[in-house]
Amino acid sequence: MKHLYIKSLVALFLLSLASCKKDIEFRTAHLPILEPKNIDLDAGSWKTVLLTRPDTFAIATPLDKSNANYIAELNEIKGFQRNLTQDQSSNINYWAAGGVLRWNELIRELVAKYNLPPFQNEDGTYPIPSSANPFAYPLFPFANPPYSARAYAYIAAAQYDALVACWHYKKLYNRAAPYNNDSSIIAKAGKSNLPSYPSEAAVIAGVTAEMMKLLFPTEIAAIQEKATAHEEATIMSGSATRSDVNAGDALGRQIAQVFIARAKTDKAGKAVGTPTDWANFETSTIAKGEIPWISQDSPKRPGMLPLYGNVKPFLFDTTTAKSLVPPPPPLTGSDQMKIELAEVLSYTNNPTIENQQLVLFWGDGVGTYTPPGHWNAIAAEDFITKNFSEVRWARNLALLNMALMDAGIVCWKTKYTYYNPRPSQLDPRIKTLTGLPNFPSYISGHSTFSGAAAAILGYIIPERASAYTQMANDASKSRLVGGLHYRSDCEVGLRVGNDIGQYAIERAKTDGAN
Amino acid sequence: MNLIKFHRHIALCVGFVVTIASSFAQTDQDAIMMNKNQFCTGLMYGTDSWNKYWEGTNHRENLNLGTISSKSLSVMGNYGIKDNLNFLFNTPYISNKASAGTLHSIAGIQDLSAWLKWMPIEKDLKHGTFSLYVLAGASAPLNDYIVDYLPLAIGFKSSTASGRLMLDYQLGDFFATASETYTIRGNSQTERNAYYTTVMNLSNQIAMPDVNTLHFRAGYRTSWLIAEATLTDTKTLGGFDITKNNMPFPSNRMNSTSVGVNIKYEIPKVFGLSLIGGGNHVIQGRNVGQSTAYYGGLFYILDFSKKVKKKKESTNSSTEKK
Repeated sequence: MKHLYIKSLVALFLLSLASCKKDIEFRTAHLPILEPKNIDLDAGSWKTVLLTRPDTFAIATPLDKSNANYIAELNEIKGFQRNLTQDQSSNINYWAAGGVLRWNELIRELVAKYNLPPFQNEDGTYPIPSSANPFAYPLFPFANPPYSARAYAYIAAAQYDALVACWHYKKLYNRAAPYNNDSSIIAKAGKSNLPSYPSEAAVIAGVTAEMMKLLFPTEIAAIQEKATAHEEATIMSGSATRSDVNAGDALGRQIAQVFIARAKTDKAGKAVGTPTDWANFETSTIAKGEIPWISQDSPKRPGMLPLYGNVKPFLFDTTTAKSLVPPPPPLTGSDQMKIELAEVLSYTNNPTIENQQLVLFWGDGVGTYTPPGHWNAIAAEDFITKNFSEVRWARNLALLNMALMDAGIVCWKTKYTYYNPRPSQLDPRIKTLTGLPNFPSYISGHSTFSGAAAAILGYIIPERASAYTQMANDASKSRLVGGLHYRSDCEVGLRVGNDIGQYAIERAKTDGAN
Repeated sequence: MNLIKFHRHIALCVGFVVTIASSFAQTDQDAIMMNKNQFCTGLMYGTDSWNKYWEGTNHRENLNLGTISSKSLSVMGNYGIKDNLNFLFNTPYISNKASAGTLHSIAGIQDLSAWLKWMPIEKDLKHGTFSLYVLAGASAPLNDYIVDYLPLAIGFKSSTASGRLMLDYQLGDFFATASETYTIRGNSQTERNAYYTTVMNLSNQIAMPDVNTLHFRAGYRTSWLIAEATLTDTKTLGGFDITKNNMPFPSNRMNSTSVGVNIKYEIPKVFGLSLIGGGNHVIQGRNVGQSTAYYGGLFYILDFSKKVKKKKESTNSSTEKK
């Protein structure tokens, strides 16, 4: 008997030690160099989002390759390459996986960091983050799902326009990459016939850093460090000279201003609303004879960005956005609502472990990169396998994120049009399997975002279309079985999202990238 | 007269309701051994609750959680392989709920933990008796419970391995025990595939920092009654602070200092039957709930030794100690 004890204990002990592995390998930590299947040399003619022309912002004609200053730039690269440190080599490898990819990851990281609801004041009211005073608590921004959907979209669209302009000049000036001009320069981040002036890496770094000043003002210093690291990496890798980088950085930053100007007037700044607005939602819902949504936060918190539905969309105009708002949910007193409420309760009464896991996997709540971020992660990890050029990466992420932002706008418009209570408000026996979001129920944000994302991603990567649909269905279902939404919220949300995704598909069909 | 060597102690509810599994509800923190071939087993019921916690170092309440309360029922056992070598195990069923807010309660079987407890040195000094104990422990999740649902998750689903040195001194009816435990914790897994700590982690694996625990207990100890006070200081060696108004995460730096009392009473009429009870309270912490716990249990010794009588003749002072 004692041998059995000792053996089982020793076995358990060894098992524990064996499973005590501490190293965690992040999925995208070590990626191959991005070597595009197609350099998309004609991308300068692709349809831009805001720029009216790819050459709205002029850049100087580059120096000839025989010019002494250019030769000095090549010598700078050679000097770097002779004495690369370990850190410099890692930096080259990190960015060589793709600049659009790496910036997308960095933005997701910032969204997660800033996705924290403000703590209440002493008197039970809540402070509102202020872009005018971003370092005071609560730090600006509160990167909740609508805020982050818009941030992802502006950055992706600005990167795309900037890269279209970049490609325009690349083709126009046709300056070969350093490694093609000088055989003693090693191509440490892949080799192609894509002209290097202006540097696409610097365009991405410049445009993104500039956008982030608006969207994440407390992170400007950290972001600038990343931009510099990106630009240094492209020089040291032999992909671009300093003048390629300087021209690219300046071009990116100028194009960002076009997007920043739009962002300042797109009504997002007014999305918080006023106490009068907040009261109106409630009184007008009661006037219709319906039970209004009530915050279940304690103390009661004003609904998240109630006027976000008025934000100017990217893929269609405001009138179209309004027309995409679905018909009302079942009346709060209707039999249909009773049935749907009972269904939610049936799921939360005795949750299965599978449902608990599903709810947490798709939860994307406080402290995460939000549902739009989750779809960016899904897209990015698939795009990695596709070897898209940087400009095509940007185009595809712009399509995805414009669809996500517009889905958020229509979803929010719907939520604050009907101001429908959550299941747990109508039946307090319903307990949720993840945090309850602080805004009305109809329609489900997760479902709307996911419907839109699955549609456009299925167009971009057709062989994954059914997988994306399945993911969207899972994300949507997680909100029902998690006790956060009724079936109507989820089904209508998916449908509305899919409708919005079609606008992105229509754009994709005619943007010149096919 | 022979004694019951079994005594237990809910060491401490370290962590966020979730206990650091290896130190929860163990009989492994006392300087008491079962005799060879004796098997002591029983059930322990515990409750634990808090309505304040430390968010990093910020002591606060959370109106969206109210009071977090935990109930547990543990099956425990201690078998005497030899007089100075014991095998101990413990597995709890835990149920956690919040009194406010909408979060669903969670219940289930948590982890199995087991210890080998060896007493290589026991020495009668001029005054009193000194003994040294060496323990090796391990724990592993028994069940597929959810992890990334703090503060209501029932455990961290991390396999652990622990080593402990323990010193004990008994003088007459009084004693003092001190121990230090180092616990290596294997990765935990979140149900998500990406999570933010102080950086974005594109993985479902959570690196769990190791834990070091100092434990002291002292009081009255005779063959029929033990009454003792305890002090436990647990430090997580790494991990990060909960950010303001965020939720806790398994790899937070969870530290705590707690004080408690335990009583074990040997029922005189029934050989081998004992009652135990106690409580403890967290007096200082970081990223943990300020919990107050109470527990009580009933234990019985099954004697598998061929000759019970032999015990009587034992001169092993450890048998006399209690």
